[in-house]
Amino acid sequence: MGWFTKSKKPVEALPPPEEELWIVCSSCKAHIFKQEWDKNLQVCPKCNFHEKLTCYERIHITLDEKTFREFNAEISTSDPIQFSDAAEAYKDKAEATKTKVGLKESVVTGSGKIKDITVTVAVMDFRFLGGSLGSGAGEKILLAADYALRHSRPYIVFSASGGARMHEGIISLMQMPKTCAGIARLHRAGIPYISVLTHPTTGGVSASYAMVGDLNIAEPGALIGFAGRRVIEQTIKQELPNGFQTAEYLLEHGFVDQIVHRKDMKDFLASVLRYWQRR
Amino acid sequence: MELDFEKPLVEIEKKIGELEKSAQAPDAQFGPEIAELERKKTELAKEIYAKLTPWQIVQVARHPDRPLMVDYLGGMCSQFIELHGDRCFGDDPGVLGGLATFGDYRVVVIGHRKGKNVEENVKFNFGMANPEGYRKALRLMRLAEKYRLPVVSFIDTPGAYPGPEAEARGQAEAIARNLTEMSLLQTPIVVVVTGEGGSGGAIGIGVGDVVLMLANSIYSVISPEGCASILWRDGAKAPEAAAALRLTARDLLELDVVDEVIPEPPGGAHRNHEETISATQKSLLKHLKKLVHASTKKLVAARYEKYSRIGR
Ligand SMILES: [Zn+2]
Repeated sequence: MGWFTKSKKPVEALPPPEEELWIVCSSCKAHIFKQEWDKNLQVCPKCNFHEKLTCYERIHITLDEKTFREFNAEISTSDPIQFSDAAEAYKDKAEATKTKVGLKESVVTGSGKIKDITVTVAVMDFRFLGGSLGSGAGEKILLAADYALRHSRPYIVFSASGGARMHEGIISLMQMPKTCAGIARLHRAGIPYISVLTHPTTGGVSASYAMVGDLNIAEPGALIGFAGRRVIEQTIKQELPNGFQTAEYLLEHGFVDQIVHRKDMKDFLASVLRYWQRR
Repeated sequence: MELDFEKPLVEIEKKIGELEKSAQAPDAQFGPEIAELERKKTELAKEIYAKLTPWQIVQVARHPDRPLMVDYLGGMCSQFIELHGDRCFGDDPGVLGGLATFGDYRVVVIGHRKGKNVEENVKFNFGMANPEGYRKALRLMRLAEKYRLPVVSFIDTPGAYPGPEAEARGQAEAIARNLTEMSLLQTPIVVVVTGEGGSGGAIGIGVGDVVLMLANSIYSVISPEGCASILWRDGAKAPEAAAALRLTARDLLELDVVDEVIPEPPGGAHRNHEETISATQKSLLKHLKKLVHASTKKLVAARYEKYSRIGR
């Protein structure tokens, strides 16, 4: 319990529960006044850690107000291999997640405007089974790409994902070529595709649509990589340095174009989109 | 290597071996006895292999005596010109590729390269590709496209190499790039999973118009051991995970992820390379024959349809 909860006020006048007032940064553990935290778009003012956003929070800070129109909201998880472990069936786990998170899949897609420029977006939500690439998610990402293609709209995908969804087995793996096939058609048609990699983007998502943007843009400090840290450490039998697989590491190695602070992201996207619009 | 469920089979094989040795004596007459044992062996092999559990199939798919890509090339191709390097960083020994003549067809072959022994496996990194391996494969596919030669891709890998240098050189980007480029490659692609289809490392060269699987090969989003250690915090539960993941050729055919299962001889591919390779050759030729006559435009459109349907 932190120092801030030690109220000098009488017991009857207890302040609201601490979680409503304070946020503990999950990176540097600093206690930040919630108002300040929210005003800062959930970026830690002490260490600049960009906390994960829900898909609707991301949409809210990225798109012009009231311009978002969701696509295929009815697409939900399916259970292609009837997966279950000793503890529970995937079907039940998925249902519980849907109730808890209030989403039907790990991604929300749709169209909206960024500073009056109409775009197609897909925004992943890490709360939904670690943002994993289920068949429903792959389908939504592909359908949005297809919409962008048919309407000649730039496509922007915000990734936040641990990778493939083990519970959907090979069907999940096949969402990698499936989504990339959609991106390939945008490339061929000359339609802009921007991939925004947020914390974390790993495994099968980093190894598919997230890494093949015309622009790959990352948020500061985001974990981005193919293999998990633990797996690599077990392979080489030594510890990895700090900063390995961060956005900064990827920039240094040539895999992202720019690292953009969350507060600047909308302006950045708008200026790129405007550049492309010019004839 | 001897798998525990193959013990009865190995016993008979030993007996046959002994009799054959004795049969070389001038007055020996073991011919009929050997024939009878051979018949029994085939029966038994069929019986055992018809009832393999998914985990046992994983063992067969990883069997060190299973034919490797080099064996398929040696058995099927009248000519093979190996081509090295990704023209960018280096030459990945874990990926083999080049120009081949296969029946009446000139094809570009790419695939994972495993070794026949420990030294070879260390050299080829156990068939685990680095980014330059995926980039070499892509370079060769571009060459295939230029000459409108079909690509034949052989999949046999535990997975893409999970090392720090692989990350530094962009393992994720290399695989992602291949998935994107292969979906629109303007030439036919036939993929055959011969052993282990290990996750992203497999699909990284595994997008095709036709995807074939050997009967005892596997294809999975994660290794059974990896799955077990995540779900049960216990790698020893891999047999349960193997069953839950539905990673056998039969499963994938049912799930519409592969187009055809290539039969293996009784007792598995490691017992009879010749028969395995000839069955694979037959299947490959059949599909190539169809694909080379298709219009490129239709082919690429059908490829998109094929992948967009998976999981719909
Ligand atoms: Zn912090």
